[in-house]
Amino acid sequence: MTAKDNHKTGTRAGNRINRVFRTLGERGGKALITFITAGDPDMAATKELMLTIAANGADIIELGIPFSDPMADGPTIQAASERSLKAGATPQQVIDLVAEVRKESEVPIVLFGYYNPIFQYGLKRFAKAASSAGADGVLVVDLPAEEAGEFKAELDRAGIDLIFLLTPTSNEGRIRVTVEKASGFIYFVSVTGVTGARAALSEKVPGYVRKVRRFTGLPIGVGFGISTPEQAKVVSSYADGVVVGSALVNVIASSDRAVLLKNAGAFVASLKTGMADKAVL
Amino acid sequence: MKKLPDKLGHFGPYGGRYISETLMPAVMELEGAYRKWGKGAEFKAEFAYYLREYVGRPTPLYHAQRLTKKAGGARIFLKREDLCHTGAHKINNTIGQILLARRMGKKRVIAETGAGQHGVAAATVAAMFGLPCEIYMGEDDIRRQSPNVFRMKLLGAKVTPVTSGSRTLKDAMNEALRDWVTNVHDTFYIIGTVAGPHPYPMMVRDFQSIIGVEARRQVKRLAGRLPDELVACVGGGSNAMGLFHAFLGDTKVRMTGVEAGGEGVSTGKHAASINGGRPGVLHGNMTYLLQDRWGQIIDTHSISAGLDYPGVGPEHAYLHDTGRVGYTVITDKEALEGFKALTLSEGIIPALESSHAVAYAVKAAKKMPKSAVMIVCLSGRGDKDLDTVSRAFNYKL
Repeated sequence: MTAKDNHKTGTRAGNRINRVFRTLGERGGKALITFITAGDPDMAATKELMLTIAANGADIIELGIPFSDPMADGPTIQAASERSLKAGATPQQVIDLVAEVRKESEVPIVLFGYYNPIFQYGLKRFAKAASSAGADGVLVVDLPAEEAGEFKAELDRAGIDLIFLLTPTSNEGRIRVTVEKASGFIYFVSVTGVTGARAALSEKVPGYVRKVRRFTGLPIGVGFGISTPEQAKVVSSYADGVVVGSALVNVIASSDRAVLLKNAGAFVASLKTGMADKAVL
Repeated sequence: MKKLPDKLGHFGPYGGRYISETLMPAVMELEGAYRKWGKGAEFKAEFAYYLREYVGRPTPLYHAQRLTKKAGGARIFLKREDLCHTGAHKINNTIGQILLARRMGKKRVIAETGAGQHGVAAATVAAMFGLPCEIYMGEDDIRRQSPNVFRMKLLGAKVTPVTSGSRTLKDAMNEALRDWVTNVHDTFYIIGTVAGPHPYPMMVRDFQSIIGVEARRQVKRLAGRLPDELVACVGGGSNAMGLFHAFLGDTKVRMTGVEAGGEGVSTGKHAASINGGRPGVLHGNMTYLLQDRWGQIIDTHSISAGLDYPGVGPEHAYLHDTGRVGYTVITDKEALEGFKALTLSEGIIPALESSHAVAYAVKAAKKMPKSAVMIVCLSGRGDKDLDTVSRAFNYKL
């Protein structure tokens, strides 16, 4: 595939995220966005997991690129990154995995990680490779809007969305600076803290989401700490998407190989079932 | 000379703010507080008061005559940061940061530590002002720096062992950042070196720059002129930035940062980020990092826990690229020789970190004329390292 073709497919690929939100929005549905770490337990298993969770109701998949120093992650995803790196995962393998999955599924894929592995890969090279593989978005936890200019330009050229986090601590100034560079959707972090399943979600989140909506028309996904179908149901009543990460990673970590796909699929289906319940919408 | 960093904390391509969004408002608030109070006369007077009356500044610039004779060249002057209260330069910075934390109304402080010197300095100022303090320290470092762990606990700090990753300083910093993300509303993160997201590299440098300001005045009085060379060890690089900063405009003053060569840079077992690494992003800033080809941070090795870090302050990265400061390495073995040389010739037991600077100084002074003047930053005292050193020399304590 030539660079020219990359550009074309990139533009089209970027629309997979839009299309999901648009299609769901038309019928009042909400997007289930699930996170898993690539290469945990290994790349072959991750491919099967992605196809399985997409078939069971995940509308968008966030695929974690493991990093040695995941500062924004709690113990669950730290451990997943460690397992993946120990098994030899590299950013190249993660991109190759996207290409493999893309042969069999149109599920939108967001590459989710830390800046250094992407910076070392080369910003332009990464954008091109991710585009050719069929990735739709990139989210870089430790790359705030102020430092994102160069990468944003490369992703634009490749037709890939750069997705940003906003948090309860984001004031109006931060929201403005961030939405200006954002595309795809806004990932609203429901807690001030690291990733990880939590028993209760703050009652303040709906208010935060309303505040962010004043500044952007982008869909808003809410994540960090959502671990049960009940929580997913509540969040889907006010957000456009519900992000579940650590809880799914926990299911993967605690499942034997023989029941891995079955357990992950069932868990994702249970999350989706709650969200589809129109009674709360 | 252009004033650095720029508004967003860049030293050339280095520095900046590479942190999760949750912390962005916190570092911006900190920057605002530092600009509002840190530069003001009232803050400066209070800072100066505590440096004088509590830390014991100014620290002497001591002409090490027997070490000079042993080296057989340049006159070696030691900037005696080991005589600071708590035994290292780290307290200069923690005093500055706690004064800011108090003005910002923060109720709790946290810190990371490697050798434990910064942890002790943070626990000390927390005790002094009655704030609860939690120190993150790698499990491996807790083992090799146990005297400092006791000191922190005696000072009322909670010492939390970090068991992730390599269980050393970088992992302690990861864990401190995780704590800060979670408790950002009432917690002040006292970073111990000239690294991290802006404004830390600038702010810590400013607080430590008293080292060079004093040394510059002292050397003029003692030697009648500016020095030919400044020498300091570099892990994150706060004592080095502290010494160098006041001299950066003195173009004839040569400066050398000494990185931890471990078992030798060619062996891969070292902590020399500039000499053995390449630019990347970790802990909120772009700088030289020890990493594999995929950008994963690799394990470091140094006999000195305080230098055992895979990165370096972004201003050092910049000063290296511009050629203003030279960065070299001293191995574990050479550092131990430096330790011995200073202890036996001057009756001063240096920290293993500082021993790297001493070891280089002896080698370099030898090649310089006797009229030359060299200042070595003796960043800390060696009591905390007696265990490590006695093992290395096979002494029975």
